[in-house]
Amino acid sequence: MIGGLFIYNHKGEVLISRVYRDDIGRNAVDAFRVNVIHARQQVRSPVTNIARTSFFHVKRSNIWLAAVTKQNVNAAMVFEFLYKMCDVMTAYFGKISEENIKNNFVLIYELLDEILDFGYPQNSETGALKTFITQQGIKGQTKEEQSQITSQVTGQIGWRREGIKYRRNELFLDVLESVNLLMSPQGQVLSAHVSGRVVMKSYLSGMPECKFGMNDKIVIDKQGKGGTTDDAGKSSGKQSIAIDDCTFHQCVRLSKFDSERSISFIPPDGEYELMRYRTTKDIILPFRVIPLVREVGRTKLEVKVVIKSNFKPSLLAQKIEVRIPTPLNTSGVQVICMKGKAKYKASENAIVWKIKRMAGMKESQISAEIELLPTNDKKKWARPPISMNFEVPFAPSGLKVRYLKVFESKLNYSDHDVIKWVRYIGRSGIYETRC
Amino acid sequence: MPAVSKGDGMRGLAVFISDIRNCKSKEAEIKRINKELANIRSKFKGDKALDGYSKKKYVCKLLFIFLLGHDIDFGHMEAVNLLSSNKYTEKQIGYLFISVLVNSNSELIRLINNAIKNDLSSRNPTFMCLALHCIANVGSREMAEAFAGEIPRILVAGDTMDSVKQSAALCLLRLYKTSPDLVLMGEWTSRVVHLLNDQHMGVVTAAISLITCLSQKNPDEFKTCVSLAVSRLSRIVSSASTDLQDYTYYFVPAPWLSCKLLRLLQCYPPPEDGAVKGRLVECLETILNKAQEPPKSKKVQHSNAKNAILFEAISLIIHYDSEPNLLVRACNQLGQFLQHRETNLRYLALESMCTLASSEFSHEAVKTHIETVINALKTERDVSVRQRAADLLYAMCDRSNAKQIVAEMLSYLETADYSIREEMVLKVAILAEKYAVDYSWYVDTILNLIRIAGDYVSEEVWYRVIQIVINRDDVQGYAAKTVFEALQAPACHENMVKVGGYILGEFGNLIAGDPRSSPLVQFNLLHSKFHLCSVPTRALLLSAYIKFINLFPETKSTIQEVLRSDSQIRNSDVELQQRAVEYLKLSSIASTDVLATVLEEMPPFPERESSILAKLKKKKGPGAVSVNELEEGKREGELNGGGERGGDNSGIAASNASTPSPSADLLGLRTVPPVTAAAPSAGSLLVDVFSEAGVNDDGFLRDLEPPTESSDSLLAEGPGDSDSAPPSAVSEDPAPPLPESNELLNKFVCKNNGVLFENQLLQIGIKSEYRQNLGRMYLFYGNKTSVQFVTFTTTVTCPGELQSQLNVQTKTVEPLIEGGAQVQQVINIECLTDFLEAPLLNIKFRYGGALQNLTLKLPVTINKFFQPTEMASHDFFQRWKQLSQPQQEAQKIFKANHAMDTEVLKAKLLGLGMALLENVDPNPENFVCAGVIQTKAQQVGSLLRLEPNAQAQMYRLTLRSSKDTVSQRLCELLAEQF
Repeated sequence: MIGGLFIYNHKGEVLISRVYRDDIGRNAVDAFRVNVIHARQQVRSPVTNIARTSFFHVKRSNIWLAAVTKQNVNAAMVFEFLYKMCDVMTAYFGKISEENIKNNFVLIYELLDEILDFGYPQNSETGALKTFITQQGIKGQTKEEQSQITSQVTGQIGWRREGIKYRRNELFLDVLESVNLLMSPQGQVLSAHVSGRVVMKSYLSGMPECKFGMNDKIVIDKQGKGGTTDDAGKSSGKQSIAIDDCTFHQCVRLSKFDSERSISFIPPDGEYELMRYRTTKDIILPFRVIPLVREVGRTKLEVKVVIKSNFKPSLLAQKIEVRIPTPLNTSGVQVICMKGKAKYKASENAIVWKIKRMAGMKESQISAEIELLPTNDKKKWARPPISMNFEVPFAPSGLKVRYLKVFESKLNYSDHDVIKWVRYIGRSGIYETRC
Repeated sequence: MPAVSKGDGMRGLAVFISDIRNCKSKEAEIKRINKELANIRSKFKGDKALDGYSKKKYVCKLLFIFLLGHDIDFGHMEAVNLLSSNKYTEKQIGYLFISVLVNSNSELIRLINNAIKNDLSSRNPTFMCLALHCIANVGSREMAEAFAGEIPRILVAGDTMDSVKQSAALCLLRLYKTSPDLVLMGEWTSRVVHLLNDQHMGVVTAAISLITCLSQKNPDEFKTCVSLAVSRLSRIVSSASTDLQDYTYYFVPAPWLSCKLLRLLQCYPPPEDGAVKGRLVECLETILNKAQEPPKSKKVQHSNAKNAILFEAISLIIHYDSEPNLLVRACNQLGQFLQHRETNLRYLALESMCTLASSEFSHEAVKTHIETVINALKTERDVSVRQRAADLLYAMCDRSNAKQIVAEMLSYLETADYSIREEMVLKVAILAEKYAVDYSWYVDTILNLIRIAGDYVSEEVWYRVIQIVINRDDVQGYAAKTVFEALQAPACHENMVKVGGYILGEFGNLIAGDPRSSPLVQFNLLHSKFHLCSVPTRALLLSAYIKFINLFPETKSTIQEVLRSDSQIRNSDVELQQRAVEYLKLSSIASTDVLATVLEEMPPFPERESSILAKLKKKKGPGAVSVNELEEGKREGELNGGGERGGDNSGIAASNASTPSPSADLLGLRTVPPVTAAAPSAGSLLVDVFSEAGVNDDGFLRDLEPPTESSDSLLAEGPGDSDSAPPSAVSEDPAPPLPESNELLNKFVCKNNGVLFENQLLQIGIKSEYRQNLGRMYLFYGNKTSVQFVTFTTTVTCPGELQSQLNVQTKTVEPLIEGGAQVQQVINIECLTDFLEAPLLNIKFRYGGALQNLTLKLPVTINKFFQPTEMASHDFFQRWKQLSQPQQEAQKIFKANHAMDTEVLKAKLLGLGMALLENVDPNPENFVCAGVIQTKAQQVGSLLRLEPNAQAQMYRLTLRSSKDTVSQRLCELLAEQF
C-alpha cells in the first residue's frame, strides 16, 4: 500500500506529487527532500525511514522517484512498481528528464491514477495502458470499442486486446545479459554471476499461443532421460545451463512451468520483458584482466595492465573500457597503450582506456607511470579494483534459445509464416579485478 | 578578500568558485574538485618553482575546497613557505591556511613557530598582528608553550604600537583560557593593570577583557584595578559625547568599554576607599540621570548603547546592594522600561526587577509596579516576557499583596501557555501556602488551582494541601465543605477527586450534619466519580469508603454492597481487588472498636520545608531560584506565618511526640531509608511523605491504606502495645516479652523443632539439638511480606542470674531480609548449671519504615539437657528411696488439660528427654522415667512418676532429683504439658 508518490528534480523541487492515503501529509514531501536529497552525507540506502514513514526511492539521471508509506509494505513490490513506472514513462515520452516530466505532467498524473489505486498497484502493462491513455486526441470511441476496452482490461488476458492484425507476422527476441565479476590479482574468481533478461518484441495477429524453449538443464536432462541414450551424454555437457532463479512476465502460465517446465504464453503486443534469470555456474568470462602495479619509492607508481579476450575469434567485442584507479595524490600520469586510446581523467581519479573493437582470443596491454605528490597523510593507498566495461555478441551464461513456436488456430498463419529474429548481447555489469 | 586589496584578482580562484557554484549536482561538484586538486598537485609537483602569487592562489583554492568539506592532505608546505613572504596578502593567506588547517601535532609546527617568532620580533606592526592572530586562532597548548612568555612582554613594552597591544591582549586572553597554567602574569600584573590608563581606548577595551578574566581567577592580585576602573569610568561618563571621537557610538561615549568596566567592577565588592566609592556612586548616578535625558538620536543603536550601559550599571547596583538610594532609582528606571514599546527592554526590565525584588532596600519600590507587572502578564504577546512577569510577581509577593497576586496568577492560569503552566501552578501553590493568612483561603486557592489547571497540578501540590488540612483542625470542616461543593461540578479533574476522596474520608463527618451533605449524599457523590478515574484514584476512593464505614455506620450496607460488586471484588487490577476484599472483610468482621482504631483519623504530618518549593528548585535548576531567595522565603514564612508556622517549625519534636506510632506507619514511613540502630534522631524518623522521591502514586496510596497494614502491626506488636510511647523511645529498648511467650515456651518443652512464633509479618521457625550439656539451636526468620525488612537485628539476653547459669552465643544475622526470604541464625548454648528462667530473644526490624520490636522466650529449658538412663525395676526403686528427702521431691496434682491418651503421654514423656521405663511400676497405668541432667558443673539425676486418674481426669506428678530446684522446675514445666 503505497501512501504517496513524489518526483523531484535534482535540486529537490517537487515535480509530481500524488498522495493516495490520508496518513501521508504534506510534510512528507519536505522530509524526503531534507533528509535524503539535501542530506549532508550521501544517502546510500534506497529505503529511508524518517519519523515512522518509509521512503523508497530510485534515481533516474537527475530525477528522484520516491514512494512513501507509513505501513509495513513489501519493499520489493514497491521497487518493482517504481521500475515499472519508469518503464511506462519511458514508453510514453522517452527519456526521464526534468523537462520531459514537466512537459508531460498531465499524462503522468493520468498514468498514476490508472496504475495505482488507493496505493495498490494496478495493471501497468504499457500496451494495455496505451489503449486508453493516449497522447493525442482521438476520435470518440464507439460504445462497442469502449466496452471492449473494459472487458479487455478487466478480463483474463488484460495485456492483449483482441483483433490485432499484421500483414507480416514478425517476432524479435533479445537475450540481454550482464556479467558481474570480482577477480583476485592472481586471477582467481572471487565471485561471478550473470543476470539476464529475455526481451521480446512481437508483432503477431490475433491471439497467438507461444511456446519458448531454451537450454535449461532440467528440461534437457528430462528429455535426455526420455530420449535416446546416446543423446543424453551430449546434452548434459556444455550444452545446458543451470538457472538459479527466474521470474516471468505475467502472461506466462506459471502452472504449466511448474508442472512441465515449459514456458507457454499469449504475448502482449509490442515490446515486453518475457523473463529474467540469474546463473552462477559455468560462466564464460569474456575478458581477463591481468594487473601489475609496482610502487617505486614514495613518489612514483608503475602500472601495467593486460587484457585478454576469451571467446571465439570470429566474434567482436565492442565498447571496451578499462578504468584504472589512480591514487588521490597523483600529480602526473604518462600512458602508453598498444591499442585504443587511454587518458588520465583527473576528475574521476582514474586512467580510462577505451578500445572500440576487439576480436576473440586476442590480447592488449597498457602501461602507465604515475607521479605522486608526497603528503603528510600516513594512510596507504587502498588500491581500488580495476573495472571494465564491454559488450559482446553472445550470452556469457551460455543460454541458447532452442525454439519459439507460435500457434494461432483461428487465423490462417502457422509457425513457419512468422519471421523470427534472435539476438544475444552480453554486457558487463560490475566487472572488477583487484590489483 | 585579499584579492581586492592587492588589485591582482586571482582570476583562477574566481573561475573555480563560480564553476563550483554552477555545478548541477553533487557528483559534478566532486568531479570539478578532483580535477582542480589534480591540477594543483601537478603544479606543486612541477619542477620549476612557483612564484608567490600562484602559491597564494593555489593555497586559497585548497582552503576553499577544504571549507567545502573535502579533506586536504597536501599544500601545507607551500602555506608555510608563504609565511616567509614579504607581501602582506601572501603572508595573510599563509596564516589563514595554517590557522584553519594545521593541526597541533603536525611536524610542521616547528617551522610555523619559527616563522611566527620571526614575525613577532620584526618591527612591522602588521606582521606582528598577523602572527598574534594566528597564535590566538590556533590557541593550542604548543602555541601557548612557545609564546606565553613572549606575549606579555609585547603587551607592556613601551614601544609597541597600539594595534599590536590590542591584539596581544586578546591573544593572551585566548591562551589564558586554553591553558591557564602556562600564562603566568607574575611581574607583569601591575603593568597590565595600568593598561587601563592607556590613552588608546582600543587598548583599554582589549586589556579590560583580559583583566576581567584574570581577576576572576586571582581577585586579590588585581585589586588595584578597581580604583583605576572607577576613574576611567568616571572620565568616560562625564565626557561630552564628542570628546572620544572614534569611540563615540551614536552619541554614546565608548559604550562597550563602559559595559566592560561595569562588569569588571561586578567582580569586586564595593570599594572601601570613600573617595573611590563616592566617585563611583557619582558615575552611577550620572548614568541614571543620562537615562532620563531626551535621546540625542532616534536611531535604535543610540538607545541600545545607552540602555546597555544602564542595565550593566543596574546590575552593579544590585550586586553592591548597599545603596538604597540608587536601588530605588534603578527600580524606578526599570519601572519606566516596563511600559516601553520595545519588547526586549520590557523583558530585561522584568528580569532585573526580579533580582531587585530580593533586595530589602528596593523590595517596597518594586512592589509599586505590581499593576504594571500584572498587566504585562495579561497582555504581553511574547511568552518569554510573560514568564518573566510571572517570575517577578512571584518574587515581589509578600503578605500584603499575596491575595491579589495569587488571584491574578490564578486568573491568568486559565489562559496561560502550556509551557509555563506547571511552573505557574507550583508558584501559586507556594505563594498560597507561604502567605496564607487564613487557611480557608489557602484551601480555596488550591482547589481553584486544581479546578483550573488540574493537569498541571503535580502530586506534591495536592499532597501538600492534604498535609495542611490534616495538620490544622480549624480548616478541616471548611475544607470538607469546599471539597464537597467542588465535587458537585459535573466534570472535575481527577486530582480534585483524589483530594475530595481523601478529605471526605477523613473529615466527612464534620459536614454530615447538613442534610444536603449527609453521609449517603457524600458517598454517592464520590462514587459517581469512581468509574471515571484511574486505578490509583479508585484505590484511594476505596480507602475513603472504608473510612466512611467507620465515620458513618449507616452507610455500611451501601458501601459493602459496592465493595461486594463484581467490578470491585473481581477487578482485574490486583490492588483494587485486594483492597475490595480486605475492606469488605474488615468491615464485616471487625467490631466497631477495632474498626475505629484501625480507621482512626490520620495523625498530623511532621512539618518540614515545603516539598513544593524543593520541586520548583529542581525544575528551575540551581541558578534560577537562588539560595538567597529560598532563605528569604523561609524567613518570610516564619515572619508571616506568625505563631502558627513558627510553632510548626520549632514544634517538630512536640508534634512528633504526640504522633501515635502505629498510624505513623500508615503515613508511608515505610519508604524511609534504613535508620541506623545507633541513634535515630527524631527528624530522620519523621519523613515528609511527599518529599520522598521513591513514593510513587501506588506506594503512597498503599500507605494510606489503613486496615490491613495497621492490623498487621497491631497484631505484631500485641496487646502489650509498647508503641503508644513516643517513637524515639520505642526504637531502642527491647520490648518486654510477649505475654504469650510463656505459652510458646511450654510448647517446646517436649519437642525440639517447630514454629516458635508467627504473625502477619514474620515467622520464626526453630530447630534444635542437644548433646550432654551443649545445645545448638537454629532459628529461621521468614519474611512473610513482599517488602523487605531492614535493620533486622536479634539479640539473646539472659536476664538476672541466668547469665551465670547459661552460656549463649549467637551469630549475627543479615540486617536485611528481602520480601518472602528467610534467614537463619545459629545459637550455641552451654548449660553451666541448672537454671529456671529461659533466655530472651529480642527481634527488631523496620518494616516499611515502622519499627517492629518483639521479645520472645527462647525455648531452652532444663529438661533439654536430660540424658536418658535405662534401669531395671529394682534399681529404680533403690534410687527413688535414696532421694527421699522432702526437698528433693516435688509433687503436683493437677487436672488434665488434654485427653488422657496413653500413647500421647508416652510420646510427650519421651520428648521430655528422660528414658521411659517399662515394667517398673506395679500399676501399668503409671509412667516412670529416669534421666540425668548434664550441666557443666554437675550432673543431676532425676526420677519421675506420673499417675493418671482417668476417672477424675487428674494426674499426680512426682519428681525426685538430687537437686531441689531442679525437681521444682521440672515439676512446673511438666504440669503444663498434660
